[in-house]
This record gives sequence, structure tokens and C-alpha cells, in this order.
Amino acid sequence: MKSVIFETGARLLVALIFVFSLFMLLRGHNLPGGGFIGGLLGAVSFIVYSLAKGPAEARKALHMAPETIAAIGLGIALLAGLLSFFMGDPLFTGQWFWIGGDSYDTAVFAPNSILVFDIGVYLVVLGGILSLAFAFDEET
Amino acid sequence: MADHSDPNAQWKTLSGLGTTAVTALLFVFFLQFLPIVASGEPVRVVWDWVPSLGVQLSFWIDGLSLMFALLITGIGAMVMLYAAKYLAGHPQYNRFAIYLFSFMLSMLGLVLADNLIALFVFWELTTFTSYLLIGFVHTDPKSRRNALQALLLTATGGLAMLAGFILIGATQGTFELSQLNAAGSMAEHPFYLLILILVLCGAFTKSAQVPFHFWLPNAMAAPTPVSAYLHSATMVKAGVYLLARLHPSLSGSDVWVWTLSIFGAVTAVFASFMALRQTDLKQTLAYTTLMALGTLVMFLAGSSGYAITAAMTFLLVHSLYKAGLFLIIGIVDHATHTRDADVLGGLARAMPITAAAAIAAGLAMAGVPPVLGFIAKEVAYAGALEMQLSVFVLPMALAAFALMFAVAGIVAYKPFFGPQGKLPHAPHEGPWPMLFGPVVLGTLGLAFGVLPGISAYYLIEPAVNAVMGAPDKGGRVKLWAGFNLPLVLSLVTFALGFALYLGHQKLRRALIWIEARGPDLDAGWDTLLDRFVTFTKAQTALIQTGVLRQYIFATFGVFAATVLVTLVLRDVGGIELRLASLSFMEWGVALLIVAGTVVTALTSSRIVALVALGVVGVGVAMIFIIFSAPDVAITQLLVELLVVLLMAFAFLKMPNLDPDGVQKHSFANAALACAVGVGTTLTLLLVVDQPFDRRLTEFFEAASWTEAFGRNIVNVILVDFRAIDTFGEIAVVMIAAIGAAALLKGFARSGKADEAKK
Repeated sequence: MKSVIFETGARLLVALIFVFSLFMLLRGHNLPGGGFIGGLLGAVSFIVYSLAKGPAEARKALHMAPETIAAIGLGIALLAGLLSFFMGDPLFTGQWFWIGGDSYDTAVFAPNSILVFDIGVYLVVLGGILSLAFAFDEET
Repeated sequence: MADHSDPNAQWKTLSGLGTTAVTALLFVFFLQFLPIVASGEPVRVVWDWVPSLGVQLSFWIDGLSLMFALLITGIGAMVMLYAAKYLAGHPQYNRFAIYLFSFMLSMLGLVLADNLIALFVFWELTTFTSYLLIGFVHTDPKSRRNALQALLLTATGGLAMLAGFILIGATQGTFELSQLNAAGSMAEHPFYLLILILVLCGAFTKSAQVPFHFWLPNAMAAPTPVSAYLHSATMVKAGVYLLARLHPSLSGSDVWVWTLSIFGAVTAVFASFMALRQTDLKQTLAYTTLMALGTLVMFLAGSSGYAITAAMTFLLVHSLYKAGLFLIIGIVDHATHTRDADVLGGLARAMPITAAAAIAAGLAMAGVPPVLGFIAKEVAYAGALEMQLSVFVLPMALAAFALMFAVAGIVAYKPFFGPQGKLPHAPHEGPWPMLFGPVVLGTLGLAFGVLPGISAYYLIEPAVNAVMGAPDKGGRVKLWAGFNLPLVLSLVTFALGFALYLGHQKLRRALIWIEARGPDLDAGWDTLLDRFVTFTKAQTALIQTGVLRQYIFATFGVFAATVLVTLVLRDVGGIELRLASLSFMEWGVALLIVAGTVVTALTSSRIVALVALGVVGVGVAMIFIIFSAPDVAITQLLVELLVVLLMAFAFLKMPNLDPDGVQKHSFANAALACAVGVGTTLTLLLVVDQPFDRRLTEFFEAASWTEAFGRNIVNVILVDFRAIDTFGEIAVVMIAAIGAAALLKGFARSGKADEAKK
């Protein structure tokens, strides 16, 4: 499937969808979005790239085997869940840290395990779907 | 023979001597409980195991379990030492040592467990480890077959037993043996008969009672140390142990007395005749073990002090002499390279120590004074006279003991003092690690007999008390009990046994003639297994057609049937449809979904069907938007998009839908689709008709911001409140994706290989 219009359009589209997927991931806690939706969108961006340029190019753009990305994501999610265990809470309890304040409202910056966990979800969904999509694409 | 060692091979290996040393230390550890238990105080150790199911890992050391524990560790250490030399230089000796050690630990767990569930787990562990040990010579198909036979038979019995245990737990409210036995007999309970049958299935298969006996002689395919340990002293006694352990709870009914008496007596007499019939000494011993198991079961039928004392004394004696004799046969086999009773003879000159140990064991087996075996026989006759079915039990016991006397002559006397045949190899005395066990065991049998008071006080009477569930008066174990009926019976036994010994070769010919005309259960087992395999193959061919369409049809058929049948049976009443309240937009979306569905069903192009299905998905996403669930809508939309994309990849390679196939199946397919659709719709309408329970929603609405600092409730639930569920789900996503990708890559590779061939 070679199409100059699609290839040229895809270049712009891929970047846009990918950035949008990160946007969806990060805003997920308070507004529609989150790791699952973000991961799906990220996968769509790379599938579009793969359709335009072929799976080999798409794999190169990803820099890493999709299976590896999924595995790393799973590891990140697990670590985020294990953190609470070391803090003395039941497993997978969200952990929050306040910097520049002593509560959510006063803190300037609030690092937390929830976002880390969501990033793990994002990577698993992205890697899992891409490993499937690339395998389909390469088989044909 | 394959399992004969190289006499020069190094036998002092870490695995061999290490396991021996640990087992010996365990033996010493258990020795310290003797005075405590003898004074009447059982020891109980408890850990919580599965507290939610009330399963505890608890151990109970009383007279019965302590006697078993000492036999297991004591004989275990001797057998391990023996095996280190017997199998020295065997390339898989380390494996063997680990199997044997694991078996020892499982068996120890079995007899010490105070919880029925723990007991069952250890019981099955002994089944598995014994499977590995029987099949140790795994290059021999016969050995593998016999191992599998033992595994299947005893594991099936074990499962029945588990059902019985669960029933006991459910009816009595506890799995703890100490509490069960303290509660007394449960013979009045309506489930008693069922429980008894199930538990007996386990005990009888494990302890090889007729008609489940045939696996035990076959299990002799194992190396001799295994036969000595598992199939005489320990594992096969697990069934007897179970009957003894549950005696206070399960005895006390006529069914118990009749079943145990009849099964035990038939096994004992049948096995002692079969023992005479064998010429291979190992097989002879295997059948005498069956005889002993039958005798033990028979005496456990009784509840009187004498019957139980007889069972416990005979159990101790038998473990000592039978393990010793097996080890001795191993030494003889090792030295002469034969186990044929007709050939072996006159070995006493070349093997004096072995001969002495054999005579000590043989005296115990024959029940000659002053060995403990004599006392066991006296008490047994006294017990038989007291039992409910003494008219039946006494002659059977007499026959079994007389035959045992004759077999003792064949096994322990004839090879050493009888006429010598043509030996394949000049005999020589065994090495000390192999002689150690038989000599110690023979000496113990003698010492226990000469000092009956000590053996009774420390070992037999505490065990009897444990089985009876109440302190017994004791004082029954005596070398000289006076001139009474049991003594007369003993003398009759000797006379009868001696006559049988003299005529055993003629008798053997007669037995071979009879055996050839009797039913062959072993061959029947093979037929049974073959039939079972044929049946499963036919059944698999029927169910697993390999056609995806049929699987899907079956899956949805079952779904539709269960939903619709439930709806009809529950008589759910009317459903109010409020169609008038639908808005214009809702009508539009509904029409879009219906249109997509119709096109999907009617088109003959895969791609069109896929796109139409995508329209249905988009319609559903729009419904989510109308009811303000943007997260779900976005996810639905994206998943729909990806499904269409991925399936389009696959469909591009597939041919168009087969019009003939569609025509042929269309009516049934349409009917099924309608049934599923109608069933699902009705169920959903009913669910929506119910008043909505808002408690969870209210909790999440309130807690989402205050506890998890997020305003998007769906996301907060996913990554915080239900994070562990989400973690499980993403793990599934990953496994599924990797599995599917691996399959696709595999197909791609084999496709390329096919093309390369062309």
C-alpha cells in the first residue's frame, strides 16, 4: 500500500497523535484520559507510521522491541505497587509526597506512585498492541 | 542385573551419607519423645496454614505416630546407608538419594500430621515419591508401567479418601485428628457409611488389600532398598496407619468389623498362598508383606485390647523382620546374582553374618520363641478369640501364620542351610554398610522378645492406647503367658507350618495350576487402561473438532440456553419499556447500531462486515457519550478502531466468505444470534429495572478527591482503588499479546519454510 499523500500526511499525523497520547496519559487523573487510553493512542500513532512506511521502519522508530516495552511497563507498574509495601501500607496503596508544602493544596510539586503506575499501564498497552500489530503487518 | 554396583566404586558420597546422617539424627530426635509419650502425654505442635479454611499445619506425637516415626527414621537411615553401597557408582545415584530422602520426609509428615488435610497432602507426596522410586530403572518399560500402575491406583484411592476427609470435616466441624478422636465414634451419623467407604478406598488401595493388591508385587520393579523401605516397612503401612489413627472415630459399627475382617482375612490367606507359589525370593517377600497388611487390617477390625495389641505388636515385628529380610535378599542377590529359591542354598559358610541375621529375622517371621514375633502371634490368637467374628478370624489367622512359618523357612533357612543349586556367581559376604541394617534389625527383634516389658512400655502400649482412644490396662505383651489356648494354637501352627515347608514344592506346582485358571487382575488392569484410552480418544474426537465456528456455536449456545432458561424458570414478570422518553439523538444512535448489525450479518465480504461491525462499536461509544462517560467512550472508540485495524490486517490474507458455507449454516446461526441477543437484552432490561444501588458510586465520589487526590473517578479507580486488579489485567494484556505475536511469527516462519521447499 504505497500512497504519497498518506505518507506525507502520516508524518504530521503520527507526531500529533503521539504527543496527544502523552497528553492523555498525564491529565488522566483529573480529566478524561489515563494510561490505558494513552497507550491505545500511542499504539495507533505507531500503527499509522507502520502503515505508511512499513513495519521495519516503525520498529526502528520505536528503538526497542515492543515486547520489551511491555515488559518494562509491567515492571514499572509492579515497582510502583511495591513501593507502598516498603512504606508499610498494603500493596498497591497510592503513595504521595509533598514538596514545598504539607498537603495536596499547598505543595508545589507532588510526586506520587499513582502516575508511575499509570505510566507502566501506558507502556504495557503500547508495547502489547504494537507487538501484535507489527506481527500481523509483517506476516502479510 | 542393571542395579548391581561396581564393588570398587566410591560409595561415600555427600548425597548418600548426608541423607543417612540427617535421617539418623531425626531418629535420635524422636527417641527423646519416648519417655514423654510413654508417660501418657501426647505432644502437639501447631502452625496456622490456611486460616481462612480452618486448615492448620499441626503435628501430633502420640504412641502410634511416634512408633511409626521411629520406624520410618530408623529403618530409613539403615536403608539409606545400605543403598549408598548397593547403588554405588550408579550414574543416577544422587537422584535416587534425593527421591528416597523426600519419601522419608513425606512419610514422616503423614504419620505426624494432626490435620486431615495435611495428612492427605503428605499421603499424596508419598504416592508421588514412590512413583519416582518404583520407576527408578526408567529405561525398562515394565518398570515404568508398574510405577504408573501404583500411582494411578493409590492416587485414585487417595482422591476418594480426600472426599471422605472433607465429609468428616463438614460433619464433625474439625479437621484435627486429636479433636475428632476425642469426640468418639461417629457411627451414628447418617453420613457414616459414605465416609467409611471413601476412607476405606484410600486405605485399602494404599495398603494393597485384595482386590487392589496387584500393584504391590509389581512395585518390586524398584531397586531392593526401595522394596525394603517403601513396600514393607513404611508406605504400604500408611493405609494401616490411617485405619489405626481413625479407629476411635470410625470403628464401633458392624460394617467396620465385617469389612475389615473379611478384606483383611482374604488378603492374608490369599497372599500367603501366593507367597508359597513364588520362586523369586523378592516376590515371595512381596506377597508376605501383603499377608502382613491383611493381618493388620483384620485385627484392626476388633476393638478389644487384645486385638489392638496384636495389631500393634505385629506391626512392629513385621517392620523389623521384613525390612531386614528384603535387605538380606538384596545382599544374597548382590553376592550370587540370583534370587531363585530353587537354586539358592548352603550360603551360610560363605556368608555367616548374613545367615545369622536371616535366621533372626526368620525366627520372628515364623513366630518362634523367644523372638518378639512369637509374642505377636500369641497375642494375635488371644485377640482373634476375643473378636466379634472369631469363628471366621481364628481359622484364617491360623492358616496365614502356618503358611508364614513355611515361607520363613523358604526365605530365611533354605538359602543358607538347604541344598545348593548351580549358582551364577560364587557367594561372598556382604560389605558392612549393607550388613549393618539386617544385623541391627535382627538383634532388635530378639531383644524386644527377650525384654517384652521394655518394648511394651515404651512402644506397644502407648500405641495401643492411641488406637483405642483411651488408656488400656496393658500387661498383655508377655513372653510366657501361661499354658492356654493361644499356646496350643501356636504349637498347631508350628506343626502345620513345618508340614507345609516339607511339602512346599508339591504345593507350589498345585498353586501354579490354580493360578493359571484364576482371574488375572493385572492383565485386567491393562485392558481397563486400554479401554479408557480408547474412550477418551473417541470423546476428544467428538468434542474437539478443530473447527472454530463449531466452538463458537457451542459457547454461545450454552450461554443463550442458560440465560433464557433462567429467565423462564425464574418467571421474571413484565418489563416496562419507556420508548416514548427516548430523545431524537438516542433514536438515531439506535438505528445506526441496528443498521450496522444487519449489514454485518448479511454481507458476503469480510471487510464490509468488519467495517459494519465497527459502526456498531462507534454507536455504542456514542451511547457512552450521551450518558456522560467520556473515559469509557474514548476507550471504546480506540479499542474499536484498533480491532478493525488489526482484523483488517488478518482479513486481507483470507479468502472471501464461503457462500456455500454461509447458506448451509445461516438458519441455525441466525436463530442462535437472535437467542443470544434476546436473552442478553432481556437480562439487561431487567437489571436496569432494579433500583440502582448507589453505595459504591457514593463512596468513590466522596473518596476519589479526599483520599486519592483525583477528580476522574474512573481513572482513580483503575490506578488507585483497584490498582492490583489493573496490574493483573495489564499482565494479561502482555501475556496475550506476546503469545499471539509468537504464534503469528511462528506461522510466518513455517510459511516461509514451505515456500522455500517449493
